[in-house]
Amino acid sequence: MAKHHDANSEPARSREGLLKQFFNATEIDTRILGMIVALLLVWCIFDVWSGYIRPNEGLFGGSFLTPRNLWTLLVQTSSIAVMSTGMVLLIVLRQIDLSVGSMLSLVAVATGVLQVYQLGPALGVGHPAIWILGVLACLTLGTAIGAFNGFLTAYAKIPAFIVTLGGLIAYSGVAFLLARGETVAPMDQNFGIFGGGIASSWLGPFWSWVLAAVGCAAIVRGIVNGRRQRQRFGFPLRPVWAEVFLAAIGSLATLGTTWVMNSYPWPPGVIEKYAKSNSIAIPPGIENRDGKAICMAATQVVHCNEGLIYYTGFSLPALIAIAVCMIMTFIATRTAFGRYIYATGGNPEAAELAGINTRALTVKAFALMGFLVGVSSIISSARLNAATNALGLTNELYVIAATVIGGTSLAGGVGTIYGAMVGALMMQSIISGMSLLNLPAAYQNMVVGGVLVLAVYLDQLYRRRVN
Amino acid sequence: MAEVKTPLIEMRDISIAFGGIKAVDRASVDLYPGEVVGLLGHNGAGKSTLIKVLSGAYKRDEGQILINGSEVTINNPRDAKALGIETIYQTLALADNVDAAANLYLGRELRTRMGTLDDVAMEAETRKVMKRLNPNFRRFKEPVMKLSGGQRQSVAIARAIHFNARILIMDEPTAALGPQETAQVGELIKQLKADGIGIFLISHDLHDVFDLADRLTVMKNGRVVGSAHVKDVDHDGVLGMIIAGKVPRGATPGPGALVG
Ligand SMILES: Nc1ncnc2c1ncn2[C@@H]1O[C@H](COP(=O)(O)OP(=O)(O)OP(=O)(O)O)[C@@H](O)[C@H]1O
Ligand SMILES: [Mg+2]
Repeated sequence: MAKHHDANSEPARSREGLLKQFFNATEIDTRILGMIVALLLVWCIFDVWSGYIRPNEGLFGGSFLTPRNLWTLLVQTSSIAVMSTGMVLLIVLRQIDLSVGSMLSLVAVATGVLQVYQLGPALGVGHPAIWILGVLACLTLGTAIGAFNGFLTAYAKIPAFIVTLGGLIAYSGVAFLLARGETVAPMDQNFGIFGGGIASSWLGPFWSWVLAAVGCAAIVRGIVNGRRQRQRFGFPLRPVWAEVFLAAIGSLATLGTTWVMNSYPWPPGVIEKYAKSNSIAIPPGIENRDGKAICMAATQVVHCNEGLIYYTGFSLPALIAIAVCMIMTFIATRTAFGRYIYATGGNPEAAELAGINTRALTVKAFALMGFLVGVSSIISSARLNAATNALGLTNELYVIAATVIGGTSLAGGVGTIYGAMVGALMMQSIISGMSLLNLPAAYQNMVVGGVLVLAVYLDQLYRRRVN
Repeated sequence: MAEVKTPLIEMRDISIAFGGIKAVDRASVDLYPGEVVGLLGHNGAGKSTLIKVLSGAYKRDEGQILINGSEVTINNPRDAKALGIETIYQTLALADNVDAAANLYLGRELRTRMGTLDDVAMEAETRKVMKRLNPNFRRFKEPVMKLSGGQRQSVAIARAIHFNARILIMDEPTAALGPQETAQVGELIKQLKADGIGIFLISHDLHDVFDLADRLTVMKNGRVVGSAHVKDVDHDGVLGMIIAGKVPRGATPGPGALVG
């Protein structure tokens, strides 16, 4: 009996050794890998479950793993994802910003009022300067409010929790006053490009593939460059197979995402409008109400499966979120500013003694958070084509939850940008998946809350095992 | 003979209080180039506080700091570093969540031509310095919280000696080190001394101080009991200063000396 047991455990141990070797060689963050696996698992469960209720064309016969749903998921995640990258840096710095939701409402309403009530009448509705000024106003106002939060925290030495709790309450009050509680709408037409809801905000398959190719090239280049650098200084290198594996995985993920985005067709209504306004001939065909394309059946335009069809490719909000993720990762890992944020979060006193101006650093980190809130306010108000004082309601909770699910420790010093992105995706997936299943919002809240607590618990277990 | 020159550092009548407690009370010390001055005293005597005034960690309430005879203002650690003052703090003052190279270069990172962090170059330099200090050190990629106490101390020492300091402050630099590493730090101190660097060495180990220091100053309750050339006093005399505040023959009494 005992002998049998031994014989069984021997190969198991060597297999574990291999796995460990693999992770050591590739230097893959096993924590984030676990999260990605969990995310994929959640996706599969939702697809199977939704297919059980109503069969659809998803990977497992449901409605979750369809290009349409995944495309929408990215658009819906973008606003929270953008803000959570800033929250990572703040929490790493041992600060927090509870006011991002209210700040988003305030920025959106203030700049909405500017666009709709001031610039529109002054310049003429649809003037190209309007959206540019609108964007600049969002970014500037967001940065300014963030810097103000930071100033109160760093120089007046009021705890960030209190400063931004005050902001959470006060900024939405200001937003209400500015619009007298009304909805500011419609936004400038050109501004709508940031919302992902109109044809001009879709990149299209060709440019999406080009972008994907550039992305793959960048991944390969980054890996080759990194290897050259380490070679130059004679540092230990990753085995070649590990480098190839990383390049392949990175490229595959990029190409796969692009393929999914490129498989989502424009909604038939949009195709019809586009064809009519550009006088494109609509091919004749047979009616099929569930189709993605449009055809002519006699004198009528109908939905059909094969006819005039366009694919969206990446949407602008998703691209913005991806770009923000890359830029923020760069800031966090490659710049002195990022290094100081991590070091100060790890040991504020040591950072101070090393000559880092931690107060100015705090103001900058809050200002950056504000800037990103500005970016998100552009996405949110463009998507809704309106600004209201409830636009960012409870966003702070989702942003902080995404950050924490993504592995950022509230104790400070630890956290990654890409982790927060995965965290944001995880949360939005649960929300979207549950609404696909027609579960009421109350259940969504319960599950998201539960996932947050569970994620932090699992994270602690993981850290205890690793250390 | 060294006395003819102007001191590298002169701290005159430094006072600093926390709340009501006078942690340092009219303390004066000086340091000549190529000299090691040992600072001694019981726990809470004010040694760390005094040198933190010099390193810019604390702002003094009163007193003057002179470098090469002219008064300087030190309001923060950046000022001190700009004057060539490097410090190994008793608490090490390391950012635990980043690696050795990041700690070594914290606040003065090497940059690439594009202005980004040059991590590879920093790691290369760190490997060089650590080879000199602690040849067994291998864990360059890990956050320093995963290192042993002695390894962490090596990183703190490396950081202080790497930037061509004129004045080095070492607050119990060997407290966590093994015998081999301690000996290595001893060698290092002699080497730095030969390079003309002035060193304040805080230690509770009388043997270390007698081995390495040229002069010593004893503090008690925030005040200087007395100073002496190492060759003019013996262990018992110094112990008497530390414990009772009694100044032996051969030492110069300070404001904290026991009178009568
Ligand atoms: N930041 C501070 N706030 C309040 N009191 C302090 C602070 N730093 C030091 N003190 C007090 O000042 C006095 C001197 O402390 P200091 O750390 O300089 O002693 P020390 O001689 O270095 O002792 P040790 O040998 O234990 O390191 C102590 O009474 C201590 O409690
Ligand atoms: Mg001390």
